[in-house]
Amino acid sequence: MTARRVTLHEIAHARAGDKGNRLNLALFVYDPADYDAVVAQVTEQRVLETFAHRGATRVRRHLLPQLAGMNLVIDAVLQGGVNGALNLDGHGKSLSFRLLALAVTLPG
Amino acid sequence: MTFLVGCGAGFSGDRTDAAEAVVDELVRRGEPCALIFETLGERTLAAAQRAMDADPGAGYEPLLADYLSPVLDRCLDHGIPVLGNFGAANPRAACERIAALMRAADHPQGRMARVEGDDLRERLATLDLAPWDAEHESLPARDAIIAANAYLGAPPLAEALARGGDVVVTGRVADPALALAPLVNHFGWPWDDWDRLAAGALAGHLVECGAQVTGGYFADPGYKDVPGLAVLGYPIVEVDRDGGIVVTKPRDSGGLVTTQTVREQLLYEIHDPAGYVTPDVVIDLSGVEVNQQGPDRVAVTGVRGRPAPERLKTTVCYDAGWQGEAGITYAGPNALPRARLAAETLRERFARRLPADLRCRFDYIGHVSVFGDDDGTLQSEAPPTAPAEVRLRLAVAHTGRAAVETATQELLALYCTGPAGGGGVRRHHRRRVATVSFLVPRAQVPTRVHTLDAAGEAATDTETGR
Repeated sequence: MTARRVTLHEIAHARAGDKGNRLNLALFVYDPADYDAVVAQVTEQRVLETFAHRGATRVRRHLLPQLAGMNLVIDAVLQGGVNGALNLDGHGKSLSFRLLALAVTLPG
Repeated sequence: MTFLVGCGAGFSGDRTDAAEAVVDELVRRGEPCALIFETLGERTLAAAQRAMDADPGAGYEPLLADYLSPVLDRCLDHGIPVLGNFGAANPRAACERIAALMRAADHPQGRMARVEGDDLRERLATLDLAPWDAEHESLPARDAIIAANAYLGAPPLAEALARGGDVVVTGRVADPALALAPLVNHFGWPWDDWDRLAAGALAGHLVECGAQVTGGYFADPGYKDVPGLAVLGYPIVEVDRDGGIVVTKPRDSGGLVTTQTVREQLLYEIHDPAGYVTPDVVIDLSGVEVNQQGPDRVAVTGVRGRPAPERLKTTVCYDAGWQGEAGITYAGPNALPRARLAAETLRERFARRLPADLRCRFDYIGHVSVFGDDDGTLQSEAPPTAPAEVRLRLAVAHTGRAAVETATQELLALYCTGPAGGGGVRRHHRRRVATVSFLVPRAQVPTRVHTLDAAGEAATDTETGR
């Protein structure tokens, strides 16, 4: 088998939560067999780059292997948060799907 | 023997008929239980405080009667206590409203217990304020402050139940405390039994957003299908004496409880899973496991607790000027270029007519909007598309109302002055509320419990510790 390129959306699900100007994205793979590949490719640096245009300053990643998941905590990504943002989605609820649009490579 | 906590609403604006099926299930099971309503978001309290400042009889959850009326009679008949932060800025007025509902339901013996002490607005200057988390902002000017409330923990709520409160009415409390309080009241857990307190608070965390753990905020057709979104069953969590947790929902209801729905909600609004701070216990979720026990039954194990923090989070809401939004839609051939021309025209008008410190953002809904940034970097870099229709959205903010209204009026004027075929203009304006949080020593936040019977007889007040 050869390696295949998929979007995270094909193999994982995610939920966004906001507190102030900080967002957390909880990401879980459907099949634990895909976990290592996602851990290797959905790095703090890559997530920071995914949200850099919105002024994100830092990403911390907390791995939860027993849940086949990770918690990504992104600082200053909401451009003011629910109270201050001019964005239609001040909570950032839609942003889990920006994460899920990332492509990852699964080993063959 | 387990204790059941059902949740009837997870935010201000949640479905008002959801609690009925939860109460039906609680009654059917006949086990010790409580019903909670969580209706107080960060900003909700500022709106409530403003409402109370304008009308001393207002300032509690506007949908209070809509939430309670369908279930109050049955809860009183079956001894199911109700706890809610629907008191918002004015728990006293909320109690009066509930007393009237109880009398109307022929329950004059019903008892409200209200918890006070969260409102620190008048005492802010006397408090020892430390920065919260990453925020290092100073206290806003006194006359800009709308509300300042500490997140209270479970002890005064447990006291309210111990004193016979049929409906416990609070303002700002930590959301999990709504569920932890009846659990502590029932099982008699000591306030330093950190692992059990962590389990009780986690049970609260899992259900306090209502349907978010039972299939709401989850469905993704073809990937995560959810049956019966229109009749979602709101959650019931079973907790045993040792802190064992099972999440479930009413039988014959829509939605689903799976390891997927539970793990998504487990981390909702969590930062470091090893250190989720609540007023009553610091929860360590790093070793939590979820297991499907049966249809719509998920067990949650492995939670640990550490001692409660010395300081309570206190959120200050303050006036931040005005915000306006307006939109206009372009459809059919060349829709996106027409929308872009409209935005360019507005920018030029704003430069001529409006203050330079007006904050302004344009979105092209249907092309790039919510993922984008205020400066439009993402949409300017996006590959060109030819959407069938685009809505140009303008959002503006300024300290003064006039600049905001002029800006949206300029968009309105595009009807006759802008690109061809622009339609459907809507505009609205609202005051902006900003928040900043601090940490306040627990000793500076005394709480009180007041009880009141529906017939109008006030019982005694007590001060509570912690």
